[in-house]
Amino acid sequence: MKLFINGQEETVSLEEASIAELLSHKRVEMPEMVSVEYNGRFLRRDEYERIRVKDGDRIEFLYFMGGGSN
Amino acid sequence: MNLTEEQIERYSRHIILKDVGGAGQEKILQAKVLIIGTGGLGAPAALYLAAAGVGTIGLVDGDTVDLSNLQRQVIHFTADVKRLKVDSAREKIEALNPDVKVVTYPERVHAENIAAIIKDYDFIIDGTDNFPAKFLINDACVLHSKPFSHGGILRFDGQTMTYLPGSACYRCVFNSPPPKGAVPTCSEAGILGAVAGMLGTIQAAEALRYILGKGKLLTNRLLIFNALDMEYRQVNIRQNPECPICGERPIITKLVDYEQPVCDLRSRYHA
Repeated sequence: MKLFINGQEETVSLEEASIAELLSHKRVEMPEMVSVEYNGRFLRRDEYERIRVKDGDRIEFLYFMGGGSN
Repeated sequence: MNLTEEQIERYSRHIILKDVGGAGQEKILQAKVLIIGTGGLGAPAALYLAAAGVGTIGLVDGDTVDLSNLQRQVIHFTADVKRLKVDSAREKIEALNPDVKVVTYPERVHAENIAAIIKDYDFIIDGTDNFPAKFLINDACVLHSKPFSHGGILRFDGQTMTYLPGSACYRCVFNSPPPKGAVPTCSEAGILGAVAGMLGTIQAAEALRYILGKGKLLTNRLLIFNALDMEYRQVNIRQNPECPICGERPIITKLVDYEQPVCDLRSRYHA
């Protein structure tokens, strides 16, 4: 299955994986660290288990970055 | 407003730019920009905006300068350690450019004071270091229809986006603050000093381009870069109908303070 993850085309051998499984496959330790954009739509956390990725999907894992001042 | 001979010389490299010119420089001299956080992002942003001749620069920061700040907070010098950051920054701005009026707010922004602080400014730069402040700035700017630049940095990474009323806001992308401890801070994880400069100057350029009304701002897109491999990319974003503040059924209708983070080293060792 070909996916576009963070703008890069990747072949992933996880058929019908959930977003949660994809996060763990991509070694995102805690799902709370990212916001997930799936085919242009931002997902709610409660959708991570339910949504199954399919060939050609575009997924962005956007990390929280809080730094700036201190 | 007429530029003086001295101003024509000082700003000559702006004025010869087709997209700035004398009229654009006059707009810059009349503009008011608020910088919240006078640290890694706010320091370079403040210096470039001061050099550019932004007429009024507001600085909000309740902290004092720490020796560990100097690796990247280029507006503060060794002799400034223990001074209020806003006092240290004001002194440098005034020395750099007497055309700039500096207004200082030696305090943290919170739900009670932020509306009054942002009210008089044309553009706001978020240079804060914590999520409660970042979400508060977003919410205040959305509720009061103020344009602002979001900036975040960590290790070798940076991200930035610009909000204009009607465009995607920070909450359209990041619904709510991450749980405490899920995302390390710069003091916990480190930051390459130059990365703060890269991002702070992008934010200053956004403010200037907003003032000039030129070019394409970073609205509806998140710019992400990694300075370790020096890779940049853009993620297109759009207003999220489920956004809790600017979506179809907003649940946030007034400002709230999230718990301020305690800078706990414990979470680092117990993570």
